Parts: sequence; structure tokens; C-alpha cells
Amino acid sequence: MQIQPILAALRRHRLATALIALEIALACAVLCNACFIIAQRVSAMHIVSGADEAALASVQLTGYDSAQAADVDARALAALRAVPGVESVSPINSIPFGSRRGTAGISTDAAGEHFGGVIEFYVGGPGSLEALGAKVVAGRAPQPDDFRAFTGFMPDGGSVQITRALAEHLWPGADPLGKEFWSLKSHYRVVGVLKDLVRPDPTGWTPEQRQWSVFLPAQPGPYLTGSYLLRANPGDMPRVMRDALAAVAKAVPEVVIDREASQSVSDLRHDVFKNDRVMAAMLVGVIFAMLMVTALGIVGLASFWVQQRRRQIGIRRAIGATRRDILHYFQTENFLIVGGGIALGMVLAFALNLVLMKHYELPRLPLYYLPVAALALWVLGQLAVLGPALRAAAVPPVVATRSV
Amino acid sequence: MFGYYLDLALRSLKRNKVLTALMVLAIGLGIGASMTMITVLHVMTNDPLPGRSATLFTPHLDPLPLDYKHRSDGPDPTDNLTWPDAMALLEAHLATRQAAMAGGSLLVRPARADVRPFRVDGRYATADIFAMFGISFEHGQGWSAADDASRTHVVVLGETLDRKLFGNSGGIGQVVRLGEHDFRVIGVTADWQPQPMFHADLSAQSFGDADQFFLPLTAAVDLKLPTNGNQSGWGKDDAADSMTSANMSWLQFWVQLQSPGQVQAYRQFLLDYSAQQKALGRFQRPPTEAKLYSLMGWLAHRNLVPTDVRLQLWLALGFLFVCIVNIMALLLAKFLRRSGEISVRRALGARRRDIFLQLGIESAMVGVAGGLSGLLIAQLGLWSVRHRPDDYAQLAQMDTSMLLGTFALAVAASLLAGLLPTWRACRVPPALQLKAL
Repeated sequence: MQIQPILAALRRHRLATALIALEIALACAVLCNACFIIAQRVSAMHIVSGADEAALASVQLTGYDSAQAADVDARALAALRAVPGVESVSPINSIPFGSRRGTAGISTDAAGEHFGGVIEFYVGGPGSLEALGAKVVAGRAPQPDDFRAFTGFMPDGGSVQITRALAEHLWPGADPLGKEFWSLKSHYRVVGVLKDLVRPDPTGWTPEQRQWSVFLPAQPGPYLTGSYLLRANPGDMPRVMRDALAAVAKAVPEVVIDREASQSVSDLRHDVFKNDRVMAAMLVGVIFAMLMVTALGIVGLASFWVQQRRRQIGIRRAIGATRRDILHYFQTENFLIVGGGIALGMVLAFALNLVLMKHYELPRLPLYYLPVAALALWVLGQLAVLGPALRAAAVPPVVATRSV
Repeated sequence: MFGYYLDLALRSLKRNKVLTALMVLAIGLGIGASMTMITVLHVMTNDPLPGRSATLFTPHLDPLPLDYKHRSDGPDPTDNLTWPDAMALLEAHLATRQAAMAGGSLLVRPARADVRPFRVDGRYATADIFAMFGISFEHGQGWSAADDASRTHVVVLGETLDRKLFGNSGGIGQVVRLGEHDFRVIGVTADWQPQPMFHADLSAQSFGDADQFFLPLTAAVDLKLPTNGNQSGWGKDDAADSMTSANMSWLQFWVQLQSPGQVQAYRQFLLDYSAQQKALGRFQRPPTEAKLYSLMGWLAHRNLVPTDVRLQLWLALGFLFVCIVNIMALLLAKFLRRSGEISVRRALGARRRDIFLQLGIESAMVGVAGGLSGLLIAQLGLWSVRHRPDDYAQLAQMDTSMLLGTFALAVAASLLAGLLPTWRACRVPPALQLKAL
């Protein structure tokens, strides 16, 4: 197939060619960045929590006088533990994807000079780390005398387990075991490393910060009252949850059950990423509509050109061109126009990515998106032009002898 | 002539129905997506109190120490006032009306056995809030400045809460238990639901249900009732009671100022007050940090539109642009195909201007049809937005201005798309084309 005559013909339709190429370029830029945002959201949705989500549920109680906390705690725990199917009930302040009560800033020196970031303290009673299912990959799990009694926000010292991600952030490359950190006047020592433990509100943080969690062992007390982690057989979870909430409502009728926060951890996780799902769905919708509009534009313009060149096609057929030659002519023409659009589109895609990086904290667009988008647009262009090109190929040679 | 061109345009559009439908669909999709997001943005940046907002202002002071480091991801402590500053502004009494306030969420324990305890959101405020914001009463009235001073345990209920607690008989004179304390009901307001909730703290919901109770701020501080806004502290806690501490900001403050002169005077007063506090050694930063925001200025400063919505708006507009380029190409093809016809008209004496008008009308017709389909698509889009989990979702409704805006945008877009093809078609040399016929 000779390209020279095609280019010569396109030169006579500069404006229309430029417009279609521009449309392809814009589509390419939006396609790359929209797909990238979708990928970001989807990867956020698939975050590893480090907990046995399917086997866990949260029960949250409010609305009691702090003077009655011990009494409420005893009755609620007894009621929950009596529910058939419940494997364990542990008081813990925060729940993965659920209630958040342990967010605090830390520093790696006593004076607070070296700010270490804002992290999540999971303050839990005996058995809660095992119930969560968080794996200790180095050092040790909490031992009975690690669980300290406390008043107020959380214990002001003690031995803690921290996640790999947080250890790497605080002390890059070093062994975190035995290291210390401070939060205001409180002082903590790392005795164990957890594989993963997601913070309760991962969507509000950068991907790196989502695993910045610490497990701080504590004796159950007034501060931990009303926030419980339930463990049960995953298959039985809906029934166990129903029974558990009914049992609490009966045993402690004066408290208010926070229904929104009292759900299985899988359901809580589903709720946390609602917005991301909406955004991803909206982007998929826009990508689909845009590709459709672009394809229809190509169909419209190609049909017009075929009609306009009927006589020329007839002449070419009369002097020996085969149907295949005509078909290839229009396919090659489309390939060239789309190719031009893609070349411009790659530049636009990067420009758009720079703008998004500046205003929306999006990372840099990985390079492999570009060839994939180019291929997709080329395929789209070929599919769109196929109909008009087949119609062109069907033009009989006799057209050459008739005047239009 | 206009009617004739309309007829010509209609014939031309009918000649190739598929292409016409394609153009209408493309512009409809672009307009629909854009108008959905523009409407969402419109309701989020709406004037919450039309007619009254121009007279409402919120003063802001900067009591932070010089070495305070504000982290960009945290709330700004100077968004709110400290208790001593709010009381000083209140006592200065320089505005027509002024009120300090804070949001709170309290547990209601109904006397009726069939209603379980539940949480309601409301506001702790000083007496002027009702008159200043124009909150209307169904029964009874608000409390007085004397009640503020004596920290009386009274409450004004919203209509919905009143009905829920006391049924149709109304609760005036009754006692309602909020949290751990009893309050006497002295008034019932019509549900007051400004959207966005300009008077609430930034960390509270910005779009949501009406305040269901109002009670004196002084009583709330007295009883140490919990607030649901941001409380930013700094320095060491000197006061045993942190709510009245000079080192913690948590109060919203609004004033009503009727004339530009009054606004100017109030601004000067804030500067003077800051300078005086600096001289006393309480403030460390320059007095010029004191600011007076108008209501709409404050909403703009708070920037309530989430980044996701902003991103979606840009995406929708980008999509509309793609659609416009698409229609441009299609119209170009359509118009140039009629070069012969245009040349005949030109040869018979039509001026370029006439051709321009004829083809312009044809483009605009595509725009009007596209606007109609865009309206349908936008309604569909808004319906899907209303099913989002966000707090602004239920507000996503089109009003008249947005309805007209849809058509204006559609016609503008199609005219813009038609401009280049029309111009190109006008420049067809008649002689050359006639020869080819």
C-alpha cells in the first residue's frame, strides 16, 4: 500500500483531518488518565487489611454515663459471649474500616523534634490481637504483663507491635525491634512487627500511610468500654451479628447501639470504599461514552468521504484496483489519522497528568499506559472505519463512466 | 427569511437522519454530563440564606503563638474563635446583632416509653441567633440575653424533634432530657435548614439535616456538653476548664452588619481589638491577621467542594469538549458536501452573511435538540448522584436557572461547533463549484 497518495488526498481535507485527529488526541489524553485514576481507586479498594475480615465484626455502644461504664461493660460482654457462634469478644478502641479512636501524632525522640507522622493506635485488651488475626513476623506478640491498666485516651507507655510499613517509614533499613517512639509525653518501645494492619480510615491517607498502625496492649477499662471486636465463623456471621445486637439491646437496654458502626468488618469495608466505587463507575461511564462518540464521529466522516469520492473510487476500480485495494486505502487512511491523533494525544495525556498531579495528588502516569491506549484507539478506529470502507470497496467500476 | 432558513435547516437535517441523530446524541451526552456536575457544584456553592446573606459576616482572629506550626493536612485553628475572644466581641455589641455558637450532638431520652434514646444534632448559641439568621418560630420564642447571663436550662426545639417527642400537642413548657440534663422547652422553630450549613464548623457535616435543638451556649459550657466541631488547642492548658481556655478555638461567631460603613467600622474594631490584645501580650501575631469574611466569602474560603466532585466536573467538561470537536468535524463534512448548493445560492446573489446565517441556524437547531436530550441525560445523571453516599447527594436537583443554563450551554456549544464549518462553507468559491456541477 502506497502512503504517498493517501497523504496527498488528506492534504486536500486538512481541516476535517485535523479535527478528527484532535478528537482522537483528546480521547487519548482522557482515556489514559481516567484509566489511571480507575486503577488507583481499584488498588485502594483491594488494600490488604492484615485482619481476618470475614470472621470479624464490630459492636459499638454509646449513650451511657461514664460512671456506669464498668457495669455496662460487664453486662454487654456477658451478653455477647453468650451468643451461640461467637468465638471471642475483645474490647478494642478502633476497628479496621470502622470506628477510629486512636489517631495520634508521634515522634522518634523524646523532645518531639523528629515528627514521625500521624498514626493509628489500636488499643486492645488481652486476646484482641489474636482475634484480629494480625500476623507477627518479627519479635513477639504481647505477653500477659504487657497489658497495662490506664485512664484517659490510652496507656502512656508500654511495649507495642508496629506494622512493617510504619517500621520502614520510621527507621528505614534498620531493625525496628527495641526502637522507641513518643507521642506527647507517652513513651513506647517496639517489641514486635506486624505483617499488615490497616488503619480504620484508609481512604483519607496516601497509599504509603494506610498501614501506619500500632497495636498497644491495655487492660480493659472505662475507655475501652462500648467498643468490641467479635470473632465468629464467617459463614455464620449475619446470624451471629443479628443475635449479638439483639442480645445487647436486651442486656443493656439503656445504651444506644451505633447501628452504622456495628457491622461485620466486611460490610464496614464495603462502606468505606463507596465513594471510590462511585468515582470508578462514573469514569467507566465517561470513557465508554467518549469512545462511542469518537467512533461515531469517525463513521460519520468516513461515510462522507466515501460518498464524496465515489467517482474517484470508480476510476481506480476501472483502471485495475481490486476491492481489497480500496478497502486498504480507507483503512490505511484511518490508521494514519488516528496515528497522528495518538502522537498528539500522548503529549496531552502527560500534560493532563501533570495538572492532575499538581491539583489532585495523583502519582505520575506509568509509561505503559500510552502504548495500551494507542492500541485501543487504533483498534477502535479500524472497527469504526470498517463499515464505510466496505461500502467504498463495493463501489462498481462503472461509476467512473457516469457523471455525478 | 428566518422562517425560510428554519425550513431549509429542517430539510437538511431530515435528509441524513442517522448523522443528525448522531450529532444530537453526541451533544446530548456532553451537555448531560456537564450539566449534572455543574448542577452539583451549583447546589454546593449555593447562597444558603438568599436576601439575608449580604448582611452576615464572620470575624476571625489569630491568637496563635508565633512558633505554632500549622500542618497542612489538619484543620486551621483560626477558623474558629476562643471563648474569651468570642465573649469580648459579644460584649462589645458593635454589630446590629451578634451570636457565638457551636454544634453539638446530644442523646435524647424521651419520656415516652415507646421511643428509644437517640442522638440529635443541634446548636449551642447566644440569644441573637434566631433574629440574626431569621429562624422563624412555630410556637413560643427564643431566650433572652438575661437567660444567657444566668445560664438558664432552656431549649428551643426544631419542629421535627418537637413532633417526635411530644406528638401534636407540642412541647412548650415541658421538660426534655438532653444528655444527662433537663431543659425546659420555651420555643419551637420551623425546621431551619440552610444548605450548605455555613454556620457549622468545617469538620462537621456541611450539608445535612436541620438543627433540631438550640440551647444557650453559656449553659452548654456550664454543663460541659460535648461539641461536634473541631477543637484546636495550643500552648499549655492554663485553665482547668478547657472550653473557656484562651488557648483553644472552637466557637463560630457571626455578626449582622447593615451598611458598608458599619462593615468598615467593624473591620477597624477587629484590628483595634487584635492590636490591644497584642499590646497585652496575649496575641503574638500582627493585628492585620484579623479578618472579616462575608457569608459567601467565607464559604469560598472554606471550599466545601470535594476534590472528587471537582475532578468529575473537569472530566465532564473535557468530555463535552470532545463532543464539540466531534460535531465540528461532522458539520464540516455535512456543509462542505453541500458546496454545490451553496454556490448556486451565492451565484443567485446571496451574500456570505446569508449563508452564514442559514448554516448557523442549522447548527443552533442541532443544539436545541441536543439540549433537550442533554436535559434528559442530566436528569438521569442527577438521579444517579442522588444515590451516592455523600451528604450533598440529596440536594442534587435542577432549579430553573440550571434548566435554562442547560439550553444556553447546548446552543452555545453547537454554535461554537458550527462556527468553523460555517465559516469554511462560506468561503467556498462559487465559480469553481458551479463548473463541477
